[in-house]
Amino acid sequence: MPSISLTLNGRSVSGEVETKTLLVDYIRENQKLTGTHVGCDTSQCGSCVVHVDGKSVKSCTMLAVQVDGSEVTTIEGLATGEELHPMQEAFRQNHGLQCGFCTPGMVMSAVDLVAGNPDISETEIREGLEGNICRCTGYHNIVKSVQAGAKAMGG
Amino acid sequence: MPDTQLREVRQPKAHDSAIKQITGEARYIDDQREPAGLLHCYPGKASIASGKVVAMDLSAVAAAPGVVSLIKVADIPGKNDCSPIFGDDPIISEGQITFHGQVIFAVLAETRDQARWAAQLAKVEYEEEKAFISVEQANSNDSTVLPDYQMGRGDVVVDLAKASNRLQGHLEIGGQDHFYLEGHVSMVEPGEDGDMLVHCSTQHPTEAQHQVADCLGVPHHAVEVRIRRMGGGFGGKESQSGQWACLAAIGAKMTGHPVKIRLDRDDDMILTGKRHEFEASYDVGFDNQGRIEAIDLTLLGRCGHSADLSGAICDRAMMHSDNAYFLPSVAIHSRRLRTHTVSNTAFRGFGGPQGVLSIERVMDHIASSLGIDALEVRKVNLYGDEGRNTTPYEMEVFDNIAPELIEQLEASSNYQNRRAEVVEFNRKNKYLKKGLSLTPVKFGISFTATHMNQAGALVHVYGDGSIGLNHGGTEMGQGLYVKVAQVVADSFGIDLERVKITSTTTAKVPNTSPTAASSGADLNGMAAKIAADEIRGRLAEFAAGLFQASKDDVRFENNEVVVGTERLDFTDLVKKAIFARVSLSSTGYYKTPEIQWDVATGTGKPFFYFAYGAAVSEVTIDCFTGEYKVDRVDILHDVGHSLNPAIDKGQIEGGFIQGMGWLTTEELKWDDKGRLRTHAPSTYKIPTATDTPDVFNVDLFKGDGNRAETIYRSKAVGEPPLMLGIAVFSALTNAVVNATGRMPKLNAPATPEAVLLALRDGDYLV
Ligand code: FES
Ligand code: FES
Repeated sequence: MPSISLTLNGRSVSGEVETKTLLVDYIRENQKLTGTHVGCDTSQCGSCVVHVDGKSVKSCTMLAVQVDGSEVTTIEGLATGEELHPMQEAFRQNHGLQCGFCTPGMVMSAVDLVAGNPDISETEIREGLEGNICRCTGYHNIVKSVQAGAKAMGG
Repeated sequence: MPDTQLREVRQPKAHDSAIKQITGEARYIDDQREPAGLLHCYPGKASIASGKVVAMDLSAVAAAPGVVSLIKVADIPGKNDCSPIFGDDPIISEGQITFHGQVIFAVLAETRDQARWAAQLAKVEYEEEKAFISVEQANSNDSTVLPDYQMGRGDVVVDLAKASNRLQGHLEIGGQDHFYLEGHVSMVEPGEDGDMLVHCSTQHPTEAQHQVADCLGVPHHAVEVRIRRMGGGFGGKESQSGQWACLAAIGAKMTGHPVKIRLDRDDDMILTGKRHEFEASYDVGFDNQGRIEAIDLTLLGRCGHSADLSGAICDRAMMHSDNAYFLPSVAIHSRRLRTHTVSNTAFRGFGGPQGVLSIERVMDHIASSLGIDALEVRKVNLYGDEGRNTTPYEMEVFDNIAPELIEQLEASSNYQNRRAEVVEFNRKNKYLKKGLSLTPVKFGISFTATHMNQAGALVHVYGDGSIGLNHGGTEMGQGLYVKVAQVVADSFGIDLERVKITSTTTAKVPNTSPTAASSGADLNGMAAKIAADEIRGRLAEFAAGLFQASKDDVRFENNEVVVGTERLDFTDLVKKAIFARVSLSSTGYYKTPEIQWDVATGTGKPFFYFAYGAAVSEVTIDCFTGEYKVDRVDILHDVGHSLNPAIDKGQIEGGFIQGMGWLTTEELKWDDKGRLRTHAPSTYKIPTATDTPDVFNVDLFKGDGNRAETIYRSKAVGEPPLMLGIAVFSALTNAVVNATGRMPKLNAPATPEAVLLALRDGDYLV
């Protein structure tokens, strides 16, 4: 079994993984970080989105060995202590969630999508979130949340 | 309690788990820490739709890496059934296969991957038998799961013959996959005495408890079913979660290990039931304004291989095929067809949407044949005063606000001007055509099975003045928990934050009904209020004693108890009460009054009240490709006096988009071998963030509240908004009419392909 080392939510971790282990399984099962969800197992729903070196990826589409030497951030690593990330705060204030199952992936996608673009348009947000399915909200409040989050994150 | 004293109820409070959900802390069943020794279960599936298993060789499965044990039908210690009512849903097939994908055995392995892979190694020989897949095949062979049923009044044959105008038509209505983002999952932990703790993603913990107990052959008290939250339910976790809990429980009993089962998305779609496909046929007579004089309507429901909840679903379809309209002379026939497909089940609206869509198609057809705006036809058909206010099942529509609501929406959406603009646009454009439609919804609130309209709650006040709240309702994202907590907080005049919402469990509140039929807040909110008010009464009496006042002079407000000029902190009162031996725990029980139903005559008052709403939708279609865009949607929806307007608006928005998805992009395809070909989001198209209307205005109707005595005069909101999506289907129909000048044979879902065919094939209805 190959061994990998990475920075996970600011913490160095290393250890052996099977070559076929998906990143999402490594995160959920090996690292016990269960905020990253599995909604479809086949790279379509976006519930499993995390950041690898600052870019959003669907962690069910990547192997754990591929993040060797990378910086990985999951939903658990977004807030600073008790203080929510501005995007998380925006989702809370704008009721951008119902069952919450899509929410971690939605928030992670949104953070990457709006980075450096506080005035991102509604159309860009909608297109940018096409890979994240939400079955509950109808997206209205999610888009509002992302707009507010983008503003709060600044340029 | 008067509205002026409410502090938490009516406020747009955030979902109770909002922070946990945005930080990843909220635990769904698959996120719970796995107990030591956990085994994973996975089902093995039949690869034919109809026939017998003649030989099954599982040696390769048993020998696969990590496999600990197999579960075969003979290993079930008790009853092999996970049906909600009729005893016709085997947990594991006994040899007869009735749909493609049916469970024929299950594997227990050390990891989920190992169980999944091993399950595919079975060698099975079958003797195939004839399979009915389509509505047509089942109907022409009289293949049914339950007897036909009818309701109505008047002599429809005579009245149709006398009618000024007459039309016939037919509409095929597709099904819908729930696509809750969290698929079915259960984890079972065995305890002493053969007890089982079952964590099950279910809307119906009591039913799952019964199914698990019965399949293990143990008393109900030996099984506790617990669920904190689901990642969506929409009806799909009402009757169809039990099978997975049962398999895990059987595995736990066999091995003594805890067992988890989580279906993969494709298997979830193949193995669990969906919204019923329907076919509606109508023969309608009407006057020159389009007012219906008589109608004969047949609704064929595709139930799948077993009855599940299909009886009640088809009943509800019939009871909603009037929608908001008075049908003076009416006959509604329903057939509950058996096909060799997965057993269709509850889905938001529970048959109601298919009924409503059928009559809305009739409205569009009448309008097109008379060459007038469909809104005018809809208006002249609305329920009205004495003589025009009883449903086909003889219930008085006592709370009809549809005319007023439609009038307001017509004005706020600027309907008439936009109708003129649509006409103008279509005159100027040859290949792009617009359609506009306003459709109402009237939806009956209560379970149509009267006995199910009951709920229980359990409230504790602890020594520090904090409150523990439990009730029989389950949380699937709809915000039930926070609404009920708001109610309880106001009973004690304390802050919402002091109320702890605890997981739904059969060990705290027994014999519950499913969280379904939009009834969650109505039933559980009332039960919780009764429990809280009981304790408040005891505290009030105690406080009155302390201050030598009358019980009626005691008020609970701002975290204090006020008696005349005296004030006492709520916590201090609680402490004193415990010292003085006052019980601060109570159950609450509620049953909906007034409702009744007579099956034999098909009449009664099955609903406590109706919820109303309406939507205006404008679409543009491209006549070359059939593709379209939803330009604008305006919604006005009635939630009575809202318990929580933010939660309610979220339900309306989400319900509308889900209804629109059902009628536009979500297409289920079975091949003639009965295999579902659309079993993942790659082929089954759920609306995404770009599929929503360009302009989307949603408002709550400002009326006098619910005329029925519900919890703080609110109205149920879970299901009714789904049917607002019908406005999009109707606008698409209108656009095709505007393009071709004729009524199209447009079936649901109106995919771009279906729109193109409707435009092109020249096969018009009339
Ligand atoms: S689980 Fe990764 S995209 Fe759905
Ligand atoms: S909130 Fe339930 S799927 Fe998005």
